[in-house]
Amino acid sequence: MSSVLYDTPGPRAKARNWIYTGAFVVLSAAALWWVLAKMAEKNQLDAAKWTPFVEDSQIWSTFLIPGLMVTLQAGVVAMVIALPLGALLGIARLSDHAWVRKPVGAVVEFFRAIPVLMLMIFASAFFVQFTPVTSDMRPFYATVTGLVLYNASVIAEIVRAGILSLPRGQTDAAKAIGMRKSQVMTYVLLPQAVTAMLPALVSQLVVILKDTALGGAVLGLPDLMSMYRQISANYANTIATLVVIAALYIAFNFLLTSFASWLERKLRRSKKGTGTVLGVEEVDDLAAGPHPDGPVTPGAAGTVPEPEGPGEKA
Amino acid sequence: MFDFLESGQYDVLGAFWVNVQLTFYSAIGSLVWGTVLAGMRVSPVPLMRAFGTAYVNVVRNTPLTLLIIGCSAGLYQTLGISLGGDNFKDIGFRLAVLGLIAYTGTFVCEALRSGINTVPVGQAEAARALGLSFFQVLTLIVLPQAFRTVIAPLTNVLIALTKNTTVAATIGVAEAALLMKEMIENEAQALFAVFAVFALGFVVLTLPTGLVLGWVAKRVAVKR
Repeated sequence: MSSVLYDTPGPRAKARNWIYTGAFVVLSAAALWWVLAKMAEKNQLDAAKWTPFVEDSQIWSTFLIPGLMVTLQAGVVAMVIALPLGALLGIARLSDHAWVRKPVGAVVEFFRAIPVLMLMIFASAFFVQFTPVTSDMRPFYATVTGLVLYNASVIAEIVRAGILSLPRGQTDAAKAIGMRKSQVMTYVLLPQAVTAMLPALVSQLVVILKDTALGGAVLGLPDLMSMYRQISANYANTIATLVVIAALYIAFNFLLTSFASWLERKLRRSKKGTGTVLGVEEVDDLAAGPHPDGPVTPGAAGTVPEPEGPGEKA
Repeated sequence: MFDFLESGQYDVLGAFWVNVQLTFYSAIGSLVWGTVLAGMRVSPVPLMRAFGTAYVNVVRNTPLTLLIIGCSAGLYQTLGISLGGDNFKDIGFRLAVLGLIAYTGTFVCEALRSGINTVPVGQAEAARALGLSFFQVLTLIVLPQAFRTVIAPLTNVLIALTKNTTVAATIGVAEAALLMKEMIENEAQALFAVFAVFALGFVVLTLPTGLVLGWVAKRVAVKR
């Protein structure tokens, strides 16, 4: 492998790489041994703690599957509400009128600066005081509200970045043939921007799915995360339960992440359109927070040499 | 309306100070751990690359909530690993920092790796052609350029980390989100005022970071 850091290895480098490999194997084996020994010491490796997940179908039918369903429901509902709301905010932020652009900008920056957990806690208390939502539905409503408030503002930034990433010539050409501002947006910019944004939107769904776990841990939403208490209370197998629940989250999110980076590669290769793609890496849950110099430099998305998507094997 | 602040019953600043401390220790830890991971992901040793890739893919697809609860319920309550803390407050704090480091490290790793990848291969090839050694190529050519492009993404990681410290509330660390929950329950009539105070706190914590580091990132950016 030749990269910016290394040339193709010669005989000496190859020998050295084998030494590194050996050292790494020894170190990881030692770490693994320590973990397993620690677990064995506390009887966490006993077969009785792990076999229920394969032998006892009840653990799946009463806890894991219903929990997973609630997680997926909350995530999908939040995404479905946040998407149009975010699109609206994102377009409003690009308005020519300062009296639209500035307040919307302030709202978007405000909700992006606040932790989603606080939004959920606030939403929960709000529903208690001002709405007749029943107490068994309240955690779901509160979780979804918190997720929508936060993610609509993140999606607003994705939409804005997607529209700004299109080449300027698109707007100029549309104006030159006499389109009005709303026509430029609906016929020319949005359709192309939506394609460019798809990968970023799919990876935002991963962020939403991960954040539903907060509702489970703090608000009492009966989601996958909250099932760990019930399962480990019934079977006394905390670590096994946590591992299985983590595996479920990882499997779902990994599928979505891989799909997002596949989509990104496919769109980048495609000959249609302007070839602009808003990458998975550009807008992430960690890319949240005020961007001092605008979200993504216009036109930069397609030109910067992209790192591989997170789903790819190196 | 804001009289709950004067009652002296709630230590709002103290709660935010816990968030600042969580951010500080986790930022340092995840910078170190993320650098190690990035080093593995770009190393010439296939096994290390595989480990780095696997770790990043597994951990960043796990909810942070699950990681932090796992640290508390799994590591501490089940395995008895207390990370040298001797009281409940200390142990919770350290476990939260551990979870935050494990999670944030993956994002630091990806930011660093993409920073290294933005350096054109020709730069390193030219350096090798001049006869520079591996460490000279790394320290004189690649890292200075990579570091400059990495400031903006790392700023975003830092801001997200600041907000993520509230997840420590799930294992009972006495930080801002937990205090907010408690205050909302006790001072139901002042719901909006309580929310405004805590929202303002986070705007104050994240906005200057973004502005200052964003300005730095713009100044040092490599023009290509």
